[in-house]
Amino acid sequence: MIKFTKVAVATAAALTLVACGDDNNDSVTVVATPVEYQVTLSNLTNGQPISPPALILHNSSALWTIGSPASNALELLAESGDSSLLQSSSLVTSVAVSAVPVLPGETSTVTVSHGDLVSYLSFASMLGNSNDAFTGLNKIDLSSFAINDSVKYSTLAYDAGTEANTESAETVPGPAGGGEAYNPQRDDNNNFVAMHAGIISADDGLSSSVLTYQQKFDNPVMSVTITRIK
Amino acid sequence: MSNKHLIAAGFLGLFSAASQAQDLTITLVNLTQGISFTPIIAAAHDSQASIFHSAEAASEELQALAEGGSIDGVNLLLSGYGADITTNPAGGLLGAGGDTEFTLTNSDGNDYLSLAAMMLPTNDGFVGLDSWKIPTEAGTYTVLLSAYDAGTEANDEIISNVPNPIGITSTGATGVATEIGNTNVHIHPGVVGDTDPEGGISDFDSRVHRWLNPVAKLTVVVE
Repeated sequence: MIKFTKVAVATAAALTLVACGDDNNDSVTVVATPVEYQVTLSNLTNGQPISPPALILHNSSALWTIGSPASNALELLAESGDSSLLQSSSLVTSVAVSAVPVLPGETSTVTVSHGDLVSYLSFASMLGNSNDAFTGLNKIDLSSFAINDSVKYSTLAYDAGTEANTESAETVPGPAGGGEAYNPQRDDNNNFVAMHAGIISADDGLSSSVLTYQQKFDNPVMSVTITRIK
Repeated sequence: MSNKHLIAAGFLGLFSAASQAQDLTITLVNLTQGISFTPIIAAAHDSQASIFHSAEAASEELQALAEGGSIDGVNLLLSGYGADITTNPAGGLLGAGGDTEFTLTNSDGNDYLSLAAMMLPTNDGFVGLDSWKIPTEAGTYTVLLSAYDAGTEANDEIISNVPNPIGITSTGATGVATEIGNTNVHIHPGVVGDTDPEGGISDFDSRVHRWLNPVAKLTVVVE
């Protein structure tokens, strides 16, 4: 069983809107509360480069739902690592993107900010040496985060359900394959998002696979720490 | 809370600090891409009862669940402990990516939640939750569940040794394993499978019948 570990208990008081009143003035001004979150992302896998994480702040919706088809934006991300459609989707309030992929054993830090309080943080990144595997955080509730609070999450690997897991050189875009990235055709066993079943690999008898033992992974695939710094 | 529960709580209160009955709304999501769950049994019970414990031998009742998908024995076992039980909330198989919601009201003293369902196709694999302490504070709680191996049947992955309501047509496998590695309940090592529908070592498809943990998500809303 994998549980999220809460490092710090948040206090709600600091998150309430500040209402500035003046005794000599009947009008009340609601002041915006600028927020900034520092997100540290470590790649825990043996051989899966993780596409540049795009940290998204939003006030509604989720990036994906288990058992439901992936959005086109998520399909593009999961098959190619390209987060551009996710970044431009209507749910996004604010976004910040890592400039480079997070390679196995490496850690990236991304800071995302917004001019006012925002409800949720999400991101999705592709596991590059796969057909349509991705990891991420989906709709993390920020309402209980006070300044300097820090929470650590372990992320899981999902299958977008948009591309068959042939693991072939023609279909895996990462360095282990060098094949095609995005293809709008959906030919997976099931056209819905679910947990990823893992890499089979040629070493484990899948003759169509260009992948080896080196690209196998298990959960969790990333360690992500979110700290509210403003 | 019903009057009956209030009275019971009052009497128990004379002897111990018993917790009160709670209404639970429970959602189970099958997180896998290619594994089905047989009829589910979920129960609120006391600290004496259980469906299984890791690193202990499976009961005959759990063996019947894990190898054959039958929840009757486990149901009888839990009933003997006065557990509050929900059987087969999904009305049959809960397929990959599917979910089922049900309610369970636990009686006073039944402070632990357990759940089990066989995973198909496996020889004796099941998704399980063992004695999760039901929170007393109202709220929504999420628990991720792992796949367990009952340790009662070798994982040969030969279809004639596995219930097959999901209609696997592969045959002719020579078998992955002939021995049980760990005869106590343990985390399932996973399916091997192959891509040969008429032979190979497994009748399961390595591209479909696989999983990594967690295999299910349980959401419990405590009223």
